[in-house]
Amino acid sequence: MITFRMNGLEVKAEEGSTILDTAKFYGLEIPTLCHNDGLTPFGGCRLCVVEIGEGLRSKLVSSCTYLAEEGLVVRTDSNRVWASRRMMIELMLAMAPGSKVLQDLASQFGVTKVRFTPRNGECVLCGLCTRICAEQMDAAAIGFQQRGHKRKISTPFDMRSEVCRLCGACMYICPACQLRCQGPQADTALCNACLTMEPSCLDQYDDLQCWMYDAGRCGTCVQEKKS
Amino acid sequence: MKQYRAHLLVCAGTGCVSCGSFKIKEALEKEIKKRNLQDEIQVVATGCNGFCERGPIVLVQPDGIFYQLLQVEDVPHLVEEHLLKGRPVKKLMYVPPAEKQPVPKMKDIEFFKHQRLIVLRNRGRIDPEKIEEYIAFDGYEALAKALSEMAPQAIIDEILFSGLRGRGGAGFPTGKKWAACAKEKRSPKYLICNGDEGDPGAFMDRSVLEADPHAVLEGMIIGAKAIGASKGFVYIRHEYPLALKRMAIAIEQARENGLLGQDILGTGFDFDLEIVQGAGAFVSGEESALIASVEGRIAMPRQRPPYPAQRGLWGQPTVINNVETWATVPNIIRRGADWFQGLGTETSKGTKIFALVGKIANTGLVEVPMGISLREIVYGIGGGIPDKRDFKAVQIGGPSGGCLPAKLLDLPVDYESLTAAGAMMGSGGMIVMDDKTCMVDVAKYFLNFLQDESCGKCVSCREGTQRMYEIVKAITEGQGKESDLALLEELATITKDASMCGLGQTAGNPVLTTLRYFRHEYEAHILDKRCPAGVCKKLIRYVVLAEKCTGCQACKKACPKECIKGTLKDVHLIDQSNCIKCGACKEACKFEAIEEQREEAIQII
Repeated sequence: MITFRMNGLEVKAEEGSTILDTAKFYGLEIPTLCHNDGLTPFGGCRLCVVEIGEGLRSKLVSSCTYLAEEGLVVRTDSNRVWASRRMMIELMLAMAPGSKVLQDLASQFGVTKVRFTPRNGECVLCGLCTRICAEQMDAAAIGFQQRGHKRKISTPFDMRSEVCRLCGACMYICPACQLRCQGPQADTALCNACLTMEPSCLDQYDDLQCWMYDAGRCGTCVQEKKS
Repeated sequence: MKQYRAHLLVCAGTGCVSCGSFKIKEALEKEIKKRNLQDEIQVVATGCNGFCERGPIVLVQPDGIFYQLLQVEDVPHLVEEHLLKGRPVKKLMYVPPAEKQPVPKMKDIEFFKHQRLIVLRNRGRIDPEKIEEYIAFDGYEALAKALSEMAPQAIIDEILFSGLRGRGGAGFPTGKKWAACAKEKRSPKYLICNGDEGDPGAFMDRSVLEADPHAVLEGMIIGAKAIGASKGFVYIRHEYPLALKRMAIAIEQARENGLLGQDILGTGFDFDLEIVQGAGAFVSGEESALIASVEGRIAMPRQRPPYPAQRGLWGQPTVINNVETWATVPNIIRRGADWFQGLGTETSKGTKIFALVGKIANTGLVEVPMGISLREIVYGIGGGIPDKRDFKAVQIGGPSGGCLPAKLLDLPVDYESLTAAGAMMGSGGMIVMDDKTCMVDVAKYFLNFLQDESCGKCVSCREGTQRMYEIVKAITEGQGKESDLALLEELATITKDASMCGLGQTAGNPVLTTLRYFRHEYEAHILDKRCPAGVCKKLIRYVVLAEKCTGCQACKKACPKECIKGTLKDVHLIDQSNCIKCGACKEACKFEAIEEQREEAIQII
């Protein structure tokens, strides 16, 4: 067993398990998009970033790919982590504003503006479809093409794949094209209908203090600190 | 062995070869044969001298006379005057800028005088395709020492004590990396030489591979002994055909001489090398991506740790070092860690090769001790800025590096100082810029490179570089908003923070350093819609000054878009809607009647 600290709490993890696994086990919620328990970790969406280390040497790593280490110090919801997550959500929303998963994340993390020109595409290149196709369906009919800004997902040579069985797993797992949000306005790429209006304690503290995502935050701590 | 009275060392690095140095060599050989001197004079093709701007270069030894910018037509005269009559040819020698007297000897030329050659010690003096010449200059002496006298741990301790740090960019202590890999019990272990040099304007790895491939080999065999590896790979990008060719020859010769393969030097140690050709993606230079590429997968970085020293090639412990690092190793083993310790600064030891390019009088490759100031490199070795222009900035560390302004010219060049100033050592590209360079345009150039070369895995890097490019591009086109600067800063910082590999983690640097040192230029673009350097085409326009125009029609003929109107002896007019701002008209005008306007706010058309 490995022992390390997460948000000030001493936690234990199995050898070979990731920070994300450990957080889940202890009931700490870390947002993910490109992660799925049945597939190999990818680490592309950068939503699950957490801060490790202390002081000037602290850095952000993706918790889905970072293995638990003895003596590690992890902060899952620091200001720095949230700033990154918000920016990732903003960047991905500008790619695919129609995704309900992304719009929900935007509301949860209080992303209230998209400052980039929306591209109104459908894909955020999370690679879930390519991994489910290769690893679970044993087909590898689709994959990444090109790199950088030309990157896209397609079949080899953009032709109909001979190994594709039209099983639909790629669509089933897609966070962008399956669940749709009808709310976003053309000019802002945002819906924000489910926006959590309660004040966030991150305005007052360095780390998030409360874990009542689903119940809605009470805001007591924030008011207490203010007074 | 045959004795010659003179050696003609013809530079055969890629730079000189592309200027025709092989033709020069051929002509020299022909001329020498014609005059029946072939038994007295030998012509040798060597590796790159570094002074690539002056190619093709021929060095005459033992006199040390340096001939530059040679043409095939010069050869008969050169052979007759210098080699027959003993009179060095003045007009083919190097004349320093702003001086009239030529400098005949290589060792007196400013460019070479201040350099300290360790990694490049054999450049320009041995034929890289002959192992005998390398051995004649103490080659493979360190290998013999390491294999016969030193235990693996002793080699690692020596490297650790020398303070050698990785020359590929991040500057991780080489000894620590080796020690971590040696500690692993699993086998087989692998070695990789990272020759995937992709920075724009950088060519030191190519030059080392071309000039002294055996030094890299020797370093790798020593490293293999230290960590207990039995197989190594030399990864070279396919854009470097000459380096690939010379490396292949070197490996073949090493095998023939019992320096590679089974039972090396009779010590019972086995090690072999293989060349892997890279397809030329910038991101392949990142170690985990390079390993993926060697394995035959897409060059896409993965999370570290586990570091390659624990889980590298095919999941096995792997040490991966840069070309320059490998080539430094034999020197440390041969001359001792104490000697290496004495060079450089407190935390950065030894020498570093820089590719000095851009707006500088002496373009080329220089090897200098760590801790030398930027001023000494730019003004001492580099000879300053040509055309009497002012120094503006120097871009260090490739696309992920940063631009340092004139006020930091006295900064010592070492890992820590550069990082603190917002740049980085990187692989050693040094691009000098004069006052005609627009820093926003420079940031745009590097962002464009990065958005092309990001592997595209992380949202932060792929989208971050694209969006930064979009914003900076809009600024250079006069479409910038005041809020853009804050957004750029935020985006650049988060791109650095949230990305997985070294590419993304430094991708914000071009923006952050230009914003830090040249914010006023961004502000001029955004607030005044003006490009102070007159580079951003959307923010300048060319107009004909009516009082100076003689109506000669020179500009009209020069215009590629045919957008200048006017009849002979009449004042001409430039049609702004079609003008592509190429400046051909301004160059063509003999009467200075065409002005480039950038001072006042220009209506964006």
